[in-house]
Amino acid sequence: MNKAAQTRLAHILREHESEILTSWLQHQRSALSTGSRLISEAEVGEQSRQFLALLISAIRNGIIDLMASEWTEVRDMLSELSRTRAQQGFTPSQTAMFIFSLKQPLFECLRQEFAGDAEALAGETWTATMLLDKLGLLTAEAYQKGREEVISRQQHEMMELSTPVVKLWEGILALPLIGTLDSQRTQIVMESLLERIVQTGSDIAIIDITGVPIVDTLVAQHLIKTVSAARLMGADCIISGIRPQIAQTIVHLGVELGNVVTKSSLADAFALALKRRGLSVQSRKDGS
Amino acid sequence: MERIPILKMGELLLVTIQVDMHDRMALALQDDLSERIVANGARGVLIDISALEVVDSFIGRMLGNIAAISDVLDAKTVVVGMRPAVAITLVELGMTLQRVRTALDVEKGMELLHASLREAGSSNHNAPI
Repeated sequence: MNKAAQTRLAHILREHESEILTSWLQHQRSALSTGSRLISEAEVGEQSRQFLALLISAIRNGIIDLMASEWTEVRDMLSELSRTRAQQGFTPSQTAMFIFSLKQPLFECLRQEFAGDAEALAGETWTATMLLDKLGLLTAEAYQKGREEVISRQQHEMMELSTPVVKLWEGILALPLIGTLDSQRTQIVMESLLERIVQTGSDIAIIDITGVPIVDTLVAQHLIKTVSAARLMGADCIISGIRPQIAQTIVHLGVELGNVVTKSSLADAFALALKRRGLSVQSRKDGS
Repeated sequence: MERIPILKMGELLLVTIQVDMHDRMALALQDDLSERIVANGARGVLIDISALEVVDSFIGRMLGNIAAISDVLDAKTVVVGMRPAVAITLVELGMTLQRVRTALDVEKGMELLHASLREAGSSNHNAPI
């Protein structure tokens, strides 16, 4: 592709900036009609204007290589925009539409400019298509990355949320487990439980598995690991919240829980823990 | 060579490991401790490992062995103050030290020892002559 043709593209863009922008905004408006609540029109206008300005300044040198340093600003702006839109809840096609809706106004302009020269029109159109496609792919990539960031952040938050260690009484801790136990979670659960055992000087820990949907050999093994580690530190564990089906599964799988004390409900486990500490709960005689 | 001191408290022996124990030190401790249990006629041993930050399978096994040896010599052994990281490491190494009694800190370990000694004492007392 010769340099002259490419500078023409830059020239055309600069010449017809305002009319391309108006038409582009119109196209975007119609494409976004369903998702218009997500973003204000003024914001779209501002983003489009800014993008077009950056595009024109980047294309000025006639280099259509997105990895070149002239394109840094365009790339940054587009990635930022896609990431924001991913977080605002745009669909992938709505996000990509930002770039692809620029095609029609741009081609319209090219057609008017090269009305008599079919050869040049074809060449310029090809260049413009290539450029916009590359930019579109960049948008899609950035969108994907934005979504992945959201997912990994949520995963991380869930990890933290799902492992609270509660102090039930002086010297008695409870660990209500919710959700499936995998190796990574077991590690976090184990660490936070052991840390709390040291912090509070508790010698009884109740692990409640009411919220664990499935107990298979692996989960059982993870539980046993946690219990063993707590025992090594000098704290006894009671496993509670074993539902009837889970008790059956444990026996059918032949899982050996060793000499870990198991109780069917957290209340039973708590009663046992109180008893071990020499405490008892009593109802008041006067009944008030 | 550096040795780990063994303190006598009545009929109990107290071992505090304040440094990172290496293999020869652990072997020496095993020797010294078994000698001292016999020499003093100790009834209980308390091993405080709250300063121990690094363990490997060898040290883990030594802890188990020391406890087992004391048991054979009729001295109750309690290991106290194991750090979370150490406990996790030992479990991941597959060493749950089933025969070792544990407690959170020295105070609780002492209580446990006294309780088990009282138990043993009273059962002896009740035994028919």
